[in-house]
Amino acid sequence: MRYLPLTDTDREDMLAKCGATSIDDLFVDVPEVARLDGPIRDLPMHASEMAVERHMKALAKKNLAAETTPFFLGAGAYRHHIPASVDTVISRGEFLTAYTPYQPEIAQGTLQMLFEFQTQVARLYGCAVANASLYDGSTACWEAVAMATRVTKRKRAVLSGALHPHYAQVVKTMAQFTGDEIADAHPAIQPEADLSGLIARIDDETACVVVQYPDILGRPSDLTQIADAAHEKGALLVVVNTEPVALGALKSPGEMGADIVVGEGQALGVGLQFGGPYLGLFAVRDPKHVRQMPGRLCGETVDAEGKRGFVLTLSTREQHIRREKATSNICTNSGLCALAFTTHMTLLGEKGLRQLAAENHRRACLAADRLEKVPGVSLLNNAFFNEFTVMLDGKPAREIVRDLADRGVLGGVSLGRLYPGVEALEHALLVAITETTTEEDIEILANELEAALNLEPAQ
Amino acid sequence: MNAPVTGPNKSGWKPHMEVADATGELITTTGNRALMLEEPLIFEIGKAETTGVDLPEIDEAAPNRMGGFDREEPIGLVGLTEPETVRHYTRLSRQNYGIDLGFFPLGSCTMKHNPRLNEKMARLPGFADIHPLAPQSSVQGALEVIDELATWLKTLTGMPAVAMSPKAGAHGELCGILAIRAAHTAKGNPREVVLVPESAHGTNPATAAFAGYKVDNIPATPEGRVDVDALIERLGPDVAAVMITNPNTCGLFEKDFRTIADAVHDVGGYVYCDGANFNAIVGHVRPGDLGVDAMHINLHKTFSTPHGGGGPGSGPVVFSEALAPFAPLPYVEKDASGDFRIVEEETTDAEHQTFGRMTAFHGQMGMFTRALTYMLSHGADGLKQVAEDAVLNANYILRSLEDILHAPFADSGPCMHEALFGDKDFGGGLSTLDLAKGLIDEGYHPMTVYFPLVVHGAMLVEPTETESKASIDQFITAFRHVTQRALDGDEALKQAPYFAPRRRLDETAAARKPKLAWSEPEA
Repeated sequence: MRYLPLTDTDREDMLAKCGATSIDDLFVDVPEVARLDGPIRDLPMHASEMAVERHMKALAKKNLAAETTPFFLGAGAYRHHIPASVDTVISRGEFLTAYTPYQPEIAQGTLQMLFEFQTQVARLYGCAVANASLYDGSTACWEAVAMATRVTKRKRAVLSGALHPHYAQVVKTMAQFTGDEIADAHPAIQPEADLSGLIARIDDETACVVVQYPDILGRPSDLTQIADAAHEKGALLVVVNTEPVALGALKSPGEMGADIVVGEGQALGVGLQFGGPYLGLFAVRDPKHVRQMPGRLCGETVDAEGKRGFVLTLSTREQHIRREKATSNICTNSGLCALAFTTHMTLLGEKGLRQLAAENHRRACLAADRLEKVPGVSLLNNAFFNEFTVMLDGKPAREIVRDLADRGVLGGVSLGRLYPGVEALEHALLVAITETTTEEDIEILANELEAALNLEPAQ
Repeated sequence: MNAPVTGPNKSGWKPHMEVADATGELITTTGNRALMLEEPLIFEIGKAETTGVDLPEIDEAAPNRMGGFDREEPIGLVGLTEPETVRHYTRLSRQNYGIDLGFFPLGSCTMKHNPRLNEKMARLPGFADIHPLAPQSSVQGALEVIDELATWLKTLTGMPAVAMSPKAGAHGELCGILAIRAAHTAKGNPREVVLVPESAHGTNPATAAFAGYKVDNIPATPEGRVDVDALIERLGPDVAAVMITNPNTCGLFEKDFRTIADAVHDVGGYVYCDGANFNAIVGHVRPGDLGVDAMHINLHKTFSTPHGGGGPGSGPVVFSEALAPFAPLPYVEKDASGDFRIVEEETTDAEHQTFGRMTAFHGQMGMFTRALTYMLSHGADGLKQVAEDAVLNANYILRSLEDILHAPFADSGPCMHEALFGDKDFGGGLSTLDLAKGLIDEGYHPMTVYFPLVVHGAMLVEPTETESKASIDQFITAFRHVTQRALDGDEALKQAPYFAPRRRLDETAAARKPKLAWSEPEA
C-alpha cells in the first residue's frame, strides 16, 4: 500500500516492544462481538493510482463543466477567472498540510496571511474588524443573527424577502433550536426592493434586520434608509453579500451603516466546486462588538525578542475554552479558501478589483440589452451589478433552464427552483454575467432562449 | 533496514549559537538569516495602483446601471504583480510547519499524509468547475460521487443513512444533535439534558448548549474511561442524549459502549458518538454495531483531506434508522431509472421529517472527491491496515516513553491511535508548554497540549499510520531528550523555541489590546 511506510519487519519489532504477539492484542478492548473478521464486506480492495484516476475521471466526465459551455449561473456562487498563481500558492505543502496555528512560532505563514485577509475583508466591507473566516456565507449569516441577539438581548430577526432563500432557510433551521423568532418573506417581483415594507416590519423587539446587497434578484438598494430605521428601534443592520466583486464598484455596506456585514467569499479565488468548500466572511463596523464575534481572530503581537508576530487571539470566546458558554460551537475556519481569496485579492489590488468590477458590469449591461430584445423576455431590475432577473413569458423558468441544459447552455438559475411552490416567481430567471462571459455566449443564450420560449407559445 | 537514528546535538544545548553584537543579538542588515527570510505585510509592499491581473482600463463613459450606488471612496486595498505575489506567499509558507515537512503528532487531529492524487482529482474541471445549482441532468457525476462516498461511509460504519452537507466536525455534531432534538420533539418532548464526559472535545458541550440543552458532565474513572455507573445513575426521562467520543480523548476504547448505549436507549435517549477518532477503528468495528444513533466523520482526519491551516473540514453524519427521517436537506437519492436527484424541498411524510437546512448548498464537494479518491486507493483491506498501523505506532510511542514520562493510563491496556502523557515531576517550574516548545527546536510540530482537561499538563500524541518506524524512532529519541531536560529543570527550556521563525509570542498583549487589522502608520 503506497501510503503506508511500515514494513512487516517493522510491525513485528514494534509489536514486540508493545508486548503483543499480534495486532489483535492491541484491539482487546473492542468487544469481540463487535470486532470484524477480515476486510469489511461489500467494498472494493485497494487500487493503484492509475485505476483510481480512471474511475474518478469517468465520474467527472458525466458532469457538464462550466468552462465547456455558455454559462450564466449565479445566485450565491459565481464563476470568475482564477489567476494561475492562486493554485500555486494554495498547493504549497506548508499551507496545504498545516493545521490550525496553535503553535504560532511555527505557523507565522498562516497567521500573517490571515491578518492580511482580515484587513482586506474589513476594508472591502467598510468595517473595522473581520474574522479569520467561517464555513460559508449561509452559516455566516446565521452567526450574524445569533450575534445580534447576543448584542441586543432581543430574540426577533427580520429577514428581507430578497435574502437568498437558502440563507433564510439556514437561519430558520437554527432558530428553531435557539428559540429565536424569525420574520421571513418572499421577494416581491418588482423593479426595486420593497424597502418601506421591510422597514415597517422592524419593531422594538427586533434584534436585527437582515438584508442582502445586491439582493437575490440582483438589485442593489439604499441601505442607509434601513440602517437608520433599524438603529432608531435599537436594532442592528446585518448586510449579506454573496458577490464580493460587486463591492469593487458599489458602496460598501459599512459606509451605508451596516453593523455586521457577512458574505460568501467564493467568487474570489475559490472556484465553484459544486457548492463547497466555500468561504464565510464576517465583519463588524464597530470595534466594540469584537468580543461578541464568532470564530477565530488573528491579532498582531510581538515575540520575546520584540519582533512583530501574529497569534490567534480573544480565544476566550471560543468553545475549546468556554465549552457550553462559547459564542459559537465553530472549531475550524475555512483557512485554505481564505488563502485562495487573499491571494486573488492581492493580485487584483485596489486597481484590479475596480477594473474587474467594471468589466463585470459592462458585460452585464451588454447582456441585459441583448436579452431584452428577445421576444417574451423582459428585464425586471431597475438596477443591477453583474446579475439580474428576467421574466419569461410562457413556460416556467425551471423548464426553460432544463431545455437549455439539454441544448448545452447553462442559462441561469430559475427562481422556481429556489422558491418551489411560489407561483409568482415561477417565470423569473436569474442571469449572472462575469468577465468570463463572452459576447458570443450572450448571443447563444439570447438565441437559445428565443428558441426555447417559442417551443410552446404562451397560453 | 532502518535508517540510522540521529541523537541530540553532541555539542550540547546552546541558546545562541553564533557570534552576536554587543547586545547579544545576532544581526544582519536585512533581518534575514540565509534561507529564513523576513516578509513584510502586503500593505507595506503593495500599492493601490499595482495589479497582478491584466484587465481592461475602466471606461468612465460606459453605461452604468448600478442605481447610483457607485463606490466613491477608495477601498484601501493594495496590489502586487504576479512575481511579487508568488514570492510573498512562498516566503510566508516557509514560516509554517506542515505534514509535508515533518512529523506532526497533534493528538485528536489525525495529521496524516495528504495524497496528491486526491488533489489532482478534485481539480478535474468536471468536479471543480460545476455550479451547485446547475440543472441536475448536467451534474449526474457529482451526485454519483456523493452517493458513492455515502455508500462507503454507511458500509464502514454499519449505519443506514448519512447526511453529507455538514461543513466540518463541529457542524456535524450540530447536525446530529439537531436531529436528536427533532426526533424527541416529534414524540412530543425535546427533553432537557445532554450528558457529556468531562474528557470531551469543547465542541461537544458547546453544540449541546447551542441546541438548547443543559449540559451535565459525566466523570471519568481512574483508568481513563467514562464512569459507566455514574452515567447510568444519571439517566432518566429528562436525558435527550449522551455524547461520547470513541475511542475517547484519553486514547482508549470505551469497552462498555454497548452497555451505555443500551441503557440510554432504555430511557428513550439517543447516543451521539463523536467520530473524531474513527481512524483508530476503521475497518475493525462498525459504530452501528455498538448502538450509535448518530456520528460525524471528519473527512479531514480519517480520510486525509488536507487541513489547510485550519480548514476547510467536512463532517458527514451517519444516522441510525431512528434518526434517519430527521436528516437535513438537501440529500441525494437514486430513482428507479438509475438517475440521481437532489432532494431539496421539504415533504411531510413520516420518512422525511427533516429538521431543515444547515448550509446553502450540498456540503464540501471538494472534500468528497478527495475522500472518495482516498478510500478507493486504500480499499477495504487498506483501510483496515490504516487503523492497525495507526494503533501500532501509538502503542509503540506509549511503550517507548512510559518509563520517563508520566503516562496516567498506561496500565489501562493498549491505547488506540494516540498516547496520552502528563507533566508530573517536571523540575524548575517547567511545564508541558515548555516541553512542547523544546520539541519545536528539535524540528517537530508538538503534540496536542493541555487536552484532554482530565490529565494535568496533558500531552496527546497521535502519530498516524503514515510515519515510518525510522521517523517515529527519531521522534522518540528527541522526545526523551527534551523530557529529560524538563525533569532536570533545564531553565533554557523556558525560553524555547530558539530556532523557529519567531520566539515565544506575547499572547496576553495580543488579547489585552487587540490589533486585528493593519492600519496605516501615523505620519
